[in-house]
Amino acid sequence: MRESIWLKRTLIFLAASFLFVMLIMPLILVAKEALSKGVDFYFAALTDEFALKALWLTIEATILAVALNTIFGLASAWLLTKFDFCGKTFLGSLIDLPFAISPVVAGLFFIMLFGRMSPLYPLLQEYNLAIVFAVPGIILATVFVTFPFITRELVPVMESQGRSEEEAAATMGANGWTIFRRVTLPNIKWALGYGIVLCSARALGEFGAVSVVSGHIRGKTNTLPLHIEILYNEYNFTAAFAVASVLVLLAIIILILRNLIENAGKASLQVSNLKAGVAND
Amino acid sequence: MIEVEVKNINKHFGNFKASDNVSFAIERGKLIGLLGPSGSGKTTILRMIAGLETPDSGEIFIGGRKVNDLPPGERGIGFLFQSYALFKHMTVFDNIAFGLTVQKKSDSEIKSRVEELAELIGLKDFTSRYPLQLSGGQRQRVAFARALAPNPELLLLDEPFAAIDAKVRQELRGWLKQTIHKLGITAIFVTHDQDEAVEVADEIIITNRGRVEQSGAPIEIYQSPKTPFVAKFIGESVQVPDYTIFKGFDEYEPREGILRPEFLEIGATIDEMPQPMPVTTERGIVRGTYFRGSVIQVDVEIKGQLLKGFRGLEQVPLHEGDEAFVFIHKIYGFDGDKTQVIENAAKRKESVFI
Repeated sequence: MRESIWLKRTLIFLAASFLFVMLIMPLILVAKEALSKGVDFYFAALTDEFALKALWLTIEATILAVALNTIFGLASAWLLTKFDFCGKTFLGSLIDLPFAISPVVAGLFFIMLFGRMSPLYPLLQEYNLAIVFAVPGIILATVFVTFPFITRELVPVMESQGRSEEEAAATMGANGWTIFRRVTLPNIKWALGYGIVLCSARALGEFGAVSVVSGHIRGKTNTLPLHIEILYNEYNFTAAFAVASVLVLLAIIILILRNLIENAGKASLQVSNLKAGVAND
Repeated sequence: MIEVEVKNINKHFGNFKASDNVSFAIERGKLIGLLGPSGSGKTTILRMIAGLETPDSGEIFIGGRKVNDLPPGERGIGFLFQSYALFKHMTVFDNIAFGLTVQKKSDSEIKSRVEELAELIGLKDFTSRYPLQLSGGQRQRVAFARALAPNPELLLLDEPFAAIDAKVRQELRGWLKQTIHKLGITAIFVTHDQDEAVEVADEIIITNRGRVEQSGAPIEIYQSPKTPFVAKFIGESVQVPDYTIFKGFDEYEPREGILRPEFLEIGATIDEMPQPMPVTTERGIVRGTYFRGSVIQVDVEIKGQLLKGFRGLEQVPLHEGDEAFVFIHKIYGFDGDKTQVIENAAKRKESVFI
């Protein structure tokens, strides 16, 4: 018995110190390093023209990627769960592709597709469309990398709910849009919120794919993670950490949102269970 | 007047043949039980009538109109799902009102119709509740009201009583039958429970392996099953490989047969028998007795064959190992894919004398 108590304590200690070293310490160090040259320097680093532009571009890319992927995620999850068709399993795996592929490879893929070597390039030139080394490329890369998040959150929920509520609505004459808006959406809103939060977190921090397609043009195609890298490579550590602290802050906000959504989802489940319990008594 | 007609319907799911040239017609105002074992294709037929599945070939008519190319919402049907499929996030009122709001009816019209239906299902005071706050039987009735709200001419019910406990089920069966007849609506319900079909339906359609085996009034199906499958499926049946071993049936070719418990008269003494003659009465050994509520089931072994019969609670009790006398009134004999009712020779002779 004594042994097992010691074993328990040792394991708890190991787990706690691992968490501390891997998660808490870096946060403390980021804060410490960011503020090491004083508060004035910290805010100067944040309000630097290029830092603000990078922040703005990151937010722009995130919002667009999340919006596009919300539409895509809803459509694909709806398709995968409410219909049977040939090649369904293949489509399901295809959606997971961005999880499996290294973001850098994804970036190179966009360079091949829209860059100078691409057969599409003359066409893009003709319409004066710059995709690679420009904002559209960054958004495309972010969309690609965050592609599966919302679909993957929605599919299990929609699968477990089955099709009968939708079918019931259809037998009463509701069209596709009405069925989606009045029957499907209320049933999946928590999962959708959760997916959106995860997708945002990933979009904010995306580095690999964006790094390849961006071209690192300061003030034009630099996102926040790329800006941090540039600062770091210039040995401007304090500024790098100051900007990094913004990403950390955004990450913490997202974590809080995530928990709120999760709890709200659980609470609505518990309330309904409670109500069900009352009814059974 | 024919309300629903299904003509030569075929449907495959991969290699599985769910409907094999299914045809039948249903009269207006009738309550029809679609009865069969699981996997016999009964739910598929119901879903094709509703438009939730598309047949590979064949035609479906509702109220004289061909509905093959119409979406479910335009077929004039109401559908009750096995799991009710109530909208969890809507109140009872909003659930019942759904079909009416889709049709863009006015608020006052919706309100009066919902109130009327809530009254009908006896849940007038529950309209502000959510489905999860209701019992199984109440949910079922809400689903019923919701399906009825847009005034369908045909109501389709998929295993309507499967998810409800035995006592409530009994009440609900009676209620549903009454209510459907009161409304004068045509209804088809799917079930795998023969008691349910016999009790509730005006007519039964028996399906097996995607085919219609027989259709007709419950008593007709009970008394003269047309195919071996129906004979086996309906009632509590014991199958015997050769019924000509029994007295009174020995003049026939050796053939398979089916005996129902109610075809057997089991006596503790020869005097208890309706025809106390040794030529027509078998002797057997009691192998087990089971209390079945209103009767006692007695398993008797005769000539190596275990048969099932019933005895009343007031009769002299039989015990395992006792000798018993058995008279077999009739047997269902198989002739290819047809069934034949064969009376005991003793009874046939008797009728000749009279």
